[in-house]
Amino acid sequence: MARFVVRRVLQMVMVMFAVSVLTFLIFNVIPNSDPAVRMAGRQASESTIQAIRKEWGFDDSLPTQYVTTMKKVFTGDLQSQFTQLPVGEEIMKGLPRTLSLAIGAALLWMFVAICFGLYSAVRAGKLADRFLTILALIGISMPVFWIGALMTHYLGFKLGWFPNGGYVELTKDPIDWAYHLILPWTALAILFIGFYSRVLRSNVLDTINEDYVRTARAKGLGERQIMVRHVLRNSMIPIVTLWGLDFGAVVGGTAILTETVFDLQGVGQYAAEAIGQLDVPPVLATTMFAAFFIVFLNAVVDILYAVLDPRIRLQ
Amino acid sequence: MATEPATDQPGLQPAVAWEQEAERARAPGLGPWKLGLRRLKRNRIALLFGLLFVLLVAACIAAPVWADRVAKTGPNTNHLSDTIRVDGESKNVVALDGIPIGPQWLKADGRFFLGADRNGRDVMVRLLYGGRNSLLIGVTAAFMTTLLSILLGTLAGYFRGKLDLAIRSILDVIWSFPVVILGVALGVALALGGLQLGPISISGDSLLIPIFIIGVVYVPYMARPIRGQVLSLREKEFVEAARAQGAGPMRIMFTEVLPNLASTLLVFFTLLIANAVLLEASLSFLGAGVRPPNPSWGTMINEGVERIATAPHLAIVPGLMLVLTVLSLNVFGDGVRDALDPRAKVRLEH
Repeated sequence: MARFVVRRVLQMVMVMFAVSVLTFLIFNVIPNSDPAVRMAGRQASESTIQAIRKEWGFDDSLPTQYVTTMKKVFTGDLQSQFTQLPVGEEIMKGLPRTLSLAIGAALLWMFVAICFGLYSAVRAGKLADRFLTILALIGISMPVFWIGALMTHYLGFKLGWFPNGGYVELTKDPIDWAYHLILPWTALAILFIGFYSRVLRSNVLDTINEDYVRTARAKGLGERQIMVRHVLRNSMIPIVTLWGLDFGAVVGGTAILTETVFDLQGVGQYAAEAIGQLDVPPVLATTMFAAFFIVFLNAVVDILYAVLDPRIRLQ
Repeated sequence: MATEPATDQPGLQPAVAWEQEAERARAPGLGPWKLGLRRLKRNRIALLFGLLFVLLVAACIAAPVWADRVAKTGPNTNHLSDTIRVDGESKNVVALDGIPIGPQWLKADGRFFLGADRNGRDVMVRLLYGGRNSLLIGVTAAFMTTLLSILLGTLAGYFRGKLDLAIRSILDVIWSFPVVILGVALGVALALGGLQLGPISISGDSLLIPIFIIGVVYVPYMARPIRGQVLSLREKEFVEAARAQGAGPMRIMFTEVLPNLASTLLVFFTLLIANAVLLEASLSFLGAGVRPPNPSWGTMINEGVERIATAPHLAIVPGLMLVLTVLSLNVFGDGVRDALDPRAKVRLEH
């Protein structure tokens, strides 16, 4: 077990290194223009460009440039070209908001998807199943920022049932915190409910034909107990893996779209504003940390799996 | 090596596969494609949505007809200070307080059918022209992803060894980035200055930039399953037979391996277009995709969301169009998968 963990952690570190190299390539090498000019933004004076060139060492060799860039990212020396605020601090400030959004949404989509997926599988082929399938397909076809914008406008602004965007800290007022997050959670969850309920449905349908389910039925267990203890439990395994990865993807990606619409001021909105201004340093940092987060979660999921299922350790 | 699941044990077979088995027994002599087509024909809903997609594409292709004949304006023409006659009354296209008129339907002879935007541009015309861009990006990017994935997946799966390891590592690294942020990072990096691919140079506001970005981003999601399939196909008897007859790797690739991948590719391609169109909208919404004033559904939603309080039609209309397109592709793709390859695990988003 210890060997597996060490191997997996080493692998994680290697992938993180590769991720940082790729991020560096995306921002400094692939584009067909002077990185200093791009870094300085659209309207920059010649002296600013020269200062940036010197600061980032864009005249050095590529490996030296890479080291300089990574040093800046990890020592917190990185700052926005527009607001001059340090990137690291801004990210830390937004992180609780982004995590509030992602954790709540992840719990919501998992819970609803289990209900929908299980019900759909039990009623496979019937009207309810078809209805839920169509609903799931509509869910995965809607852009999250569009449905979010419609929600804030109609449910928040027009009807006044929910706050029209904004965020209240959990430590200040937990009820108001949840109240402000209901719409963002729902908007974000809709997409994943569609995915998960369909995956769960097909997994359940596969599992229902397994031998051990027949055995359970043969020994006289009740239908409810068979579904929950034998079928659902085994159908959940692939979904839990997805859950870990998707959680990372939401924190590092989908949150950008959701937070902007609901004005949550988390890391995602910070990134979105930087993107709008083509402000390179914050985009570089958020891109890299998003990928790091996913690589990390991936390793955690693998190790947890190895704890639960010894066969994996031998692979 | 991977072994085939035992087919003679009924308990191990999922319900869908059983139905297919029974169908094959009823219709001897039909190939998998004919059987697939038969099953697809029976799936009315999938066909209906497939037709809807064709209609949407046709409408967008016919955009100039609507623009010239009915609306009599172009996608980027401003009508800020113009007035139109509605039911014999004269109305400002954009009111003095900056609020554009809403949908007029046919009251103004088809002009401003879906209203105007803040610059007094005809939303219907922009919607159709924007659809051309969105669909063009979606289809071309899906094509690019498919070609790259076939190349990388078959190379890795067929030759294995070091090449496989190299390709797999690169794909794993790309896969570590969430789709949206990777697209955005590339968009921001390429927006100023553009891209140089060998002798071809692409400017920053070209449509080729979002195509390139979206085409690359989804490659790991498709190349990995292809590699897996090639890995098991290359051990099959018919590939061995071809090899024994002296066929080279290229020949085996094209005559033995690729035809067996066709159904997977088809399913993937349909769903790729849907996801590419969605990603284009996300990137354009964030300002890292199609550059204004070029219309696309994403840029239109972006402009609409900013003005949702005063002119909600600007956000609703392009969004609905986008949802209809993506939904039709998703339902149709789902039907194709059920008909050809119900066991395929296709998943693009993450």
